[in-house]
Amino acid sequence: MRVALFVTCVNDLMFPATGRAVVRVLERLGHTVEFPAAQGCCGQMHANSGYRAEALPLVRGFVETFAGYDAVVAPSGSCVAMVRESYPRLAAGDPDLAAAVDEVAPRVYELSELLVDVLGVTDVGASFPHRVTYHPTCHGLRMLRLGDRPLRLLRAVRGLDLVDLPGAEECCGFGGTFAVKNADVSAAMLADKCAAIRETGAGYVAAADNSCLAHIGGGLSRGARSGAGAPVRAVHYAEILAGLAPVDPEAER
Amino acid sequence: MTGGEPAARRGGVAEAAVATGPGGGHRGGTGNIVAPLPFPVAARRELGDAQLRANLRRATHTIRDKRLRVVGEVPDWPQLRAAGAAIKNDVLARLPELLEQFEAAATAAGATVHWARDAAEACALVTDLVRGTGSTEVVKVKSMATQEIGLNEALAEAGIAAVETDLAELIVQLADDTPSHILVPAIHYNRRQIREIFARRMPGVDLGTLTDEPAALAEAARRHLRAKFLSAKVAVSGANFAIAETGTLVVVESEGNGRMCLTLPETLISVVGVEKLLPTFRDLEVFLQLLPRSSTGERMNPYTSMWTGVTPGDGPTTLHIVLVDNGRTTTLADPVGRQALRCIRCSACLNVCPVYERVGGRAYGSVYPGPIGAILSPQLTGPEAGANRSLPYASTLCGACFDACPVRIDIPQVLVHLRQRGVDARRGRPSAERAAMRTMSWVMRDRRRYAAALRAARRGSAPLRWLTGGRGVRRLPWPLSAWTASRDAPLPAAQTFRDWWAAREGTRAAGGRRDAG
Amino acid sequence: MTPADRAAGSAREEILARIRAARPTAPVTVPRDYRTAPAVPTPPDADLLDLLVDRLVDYRATVRRCAPRDVAGALADLLGPVPTVVAPAGVPETWLSTYLGRIRRDGDPAPLTVADLDEPGLAVVTGCAVAVAQTGTLILDGGPEQGRRLLSLVPDHHLCVVRADQVVAGVPEALARLADPTRPITLISGPSATSDIELNRVEGVHGPRRLDVLLVDG
Repeated sequence: MRVALFVTCVNDLMFPATGRAVVRVLERLGHTVEFPAAQGCCGQMHANSGYRAEALPLVRGFVETFAGYDAVVAPSGSCVAMVRESYPRLAAGDPDLAAAVDEVAPRVYELSELLVDVLGVTDVGASFPHRVTYHPTCHGLRMLRLGDRPLRLLRAVRGLDLVDLPGAEECCGFGGTFAVKNADVSAAMLADKCAAIRETGAGYVAAADNSCLAHIGGGLSRGARSGAGAPVRAVHYAEILAGLAPVDPEAER
Repeated sequence: MTGGEPAARRGGVAEAAVATGPGGGHRGGTGNIVAPLPFPVAARRELGDAQLRANLRRATHTIRDKRLRVVGEVPDWPQLRAAGAAIKNDVLARLPELLEQFEAAATAAGATVHWARDAAEACALVTDLVRGTGSTEVVKVKSMATQEIGLNEALAEAGIAAVETDLAELIVQLADDTPSHILVPAIHYNRRQIREIFARRMPGVDLGTLTDEPAALAEAARRHLRAKFLSAKVAVSGANFAIAETGTLVVVESEGNGRMCLTLPETLISVVGVEKLLPTFRDLEVFLQLLPRSSTGERMNPYTSMWTGVTPGDGPTTLHIVLVDNGRTTTLADPVGRQALRCIRCSACLNVCPVYERVGGRAYGSVYPGPIGAILSPQLTGPEAGANRSLPYASTLCGACFDACPVRIDIPQVLVHLRQRGVDARRGRPSAERAAMRTMSWVMRDRRRYAAALRAARRGSAPLRWLTGGRGVRRLPWPLSAWTASRDAPLPAAQTFRDWWAAREGTRAAGGRRDAG
Repeated sequence: MTPADRAAGSAREEILARIRAARPTAPVTVPRDYRTAPAVPTPPDADLLDLLVDRLVDYRATVRRCAPRDVAGALADLLGPVPTVVAPAGVPETWLSTYLGRIRRDGDPAPLTVADLDEPGLAVVTGCAVAVAQTGTLILDGGPEQGRRLLSLVPDHHLCVVRADQVVAGVPEALARLADPTRPITLISGPSATSDIELNRVEGVHGPRRLDVLLVDG
């Protein structure tokens, strides 16, 4: 199967380990991964902030870059949701672009969709002997309906002790530019999410979106610095599946 | 909105709010639907109240669980939602015909139908109608339409006292406060605070029996209002639904205060937004399932009243119906935004909203708070009214509201659409944000530019990475200081993904080991 | 806006014109693939009656069940020491034949006043048009056994007699069963209640605080 990796702009710059993890998991399962270097940003931040005109060239770039692959995989629920849910709407005024979106968008998968639905795998042969809780990020949860796919993958990891997160389905307060435009409300939501995560006693919180994880992880590390509780490390679940998750001695309790 | 509240507390607006729809002209809605302060500012004020947050958290979590339980009992819930959305879409497509049909049926049944373009016209109409009865007091059933148009303030100016009879409205009125929820205007108070308000403000309350038990509080409200109900000559109501086919109005309620107002006085004045129509009586079979389960999380609310014109010997002898536009036609003109007019005011979106849960209804500055308020208020008034332009940003786009909405209003889609309208309307003016968005778009659409920018970002952050040991940054300059005020910021990695990939490809081409670590 | 613009009639025309200019043009088809009323009504079975009882009790109504010949006895039991009972004109004499207190018929000789109905300790006995099992709802539509709306509103104690053949499964069947939707209609689900304090349902506000239902079966 010819799988293209859409690493996403945030991961490319800030969290390359997540991209490496996707490559490692898929190659271990015997698949060939390609990385079309022309890829950039999906345009989510532009579109969600109201900059449709600025988002459209990125939509065009995406469908040109990823045309012709059997599957496109991205380690980000919200970027995949952008492509599958919002691209058709953004492209509506341009018949050629709309046709290209219709062609490409349905074959764009979040990693757990590709593994569980397309490749039929839940056990990727990983080991991570630590206590982990999982935060289902909003776009993965409510736009892609990832359901328990990431959880099934994590449950199959050797030694991993998966604990329920209270109020898991509640937004962490990131929301892209919301975190800056409505910083106080965002911080209040983050504080509650961090408290719920600490309550689980887990050493790691996993999720399918590094932007939400940066927000949550930033809150957890700030909390730990100011003595609000034990350190919990935020980690993309792909890195756990790949055996690339950084083991944090401070998060071991 | 309550009778005891000075109109100014809402931030005013009887005139201003002008929206220009296709065709131009003064069509924006007016009244208590204008945020006086930008949402982030008002939200900060509310966030400072720890008691408020605790109360809201408790109440919203209670109702969330109840709603999920009773919705789970209905196997055809998705089909009911789809039907509810379609019926309302049908109403919007046939609105003129249905309004005329409603008017004819209601008139034939003995009602008098009036039309009002905006809040001021609606208030003037109702005030004249009450004056015509000679009464100086009206009893009121909780109604969003009358709160929206600021009817109580208008009546007060004309020397007419409006007595709110819904328990939560009564609490808010006695506390001289503003409502904070569509369904439960006093959601921000807990039982202990309500007891204090009653003890201090309710005339003639029996302190001996007044505990903070909800049953005792309800009993106190019953005693307080009973004489008013039994002697009232004029009542004012809204309506949850208006049936075009029959001219019937429907009010869905809990306490029986609605039944009292709709049954006992001689004159009833019902203020109804033009979008409240349903084509046929049969359509209620959808909405009487959707509404109670979505709003109070009950299989059915205690009381629902339906009345058609006047019925000799049973209920009021005079019925006036005031059909109100107040910005609805402007909203209707927007192909994406018009879905907000499907709203049946259940408030499920408020109850599931993580933003509402933290700040409460007063942060939104309009009688329509929460996610639905964030798309309804700026559309009704037009974005130039007060700080309504800030409301579409009061969301993380988490989507919980869309999932809960019984008429499938895609609130996140409309929020993004309204942000886009705001951006498009200001294209001519300089904006740092747009410059940034434009630059990012320009950089990202070209692979070499993008790769160069990533390299620059990585290099630029190298000293910081070294200083912090790669553990993240505690303080960034404005505007990102808003981020680091409460969380550490991550740093660009030492090697971007694409650089790693290129290096690996190079190694592999040179016969290197095939490994993705 | 000038006073002339505000003249009667012009608001109506202006609003209608605005809507005509603004509304969507594509016709809408409403999908009715939710559970609708069956074309041929099915008689209620024992499970449905049990469901109605369960739902009524869940909303704190008192429910009694009896055979048709035992209505009078069961009603008298439920009424207990109530000194006065109000009944709409169409309530059968037999329902109250063993009740020993005072019976006041609405309209005989004159319609009862609000003051009459507000008398302490008073109860009202009515029938209903239809009862909805899934929601525990009684629907009154002003028929002869139900009378005027204020009869089931002002007294603090309401007894409603429901015949088994009046029980339907859900809301669609119930609305389809109503003879004339333009009569005053009241849906009652449990005693008067409020959810206004911390969003929890509390019984007992302005409507009757006690709701008794007598389900006549067999």
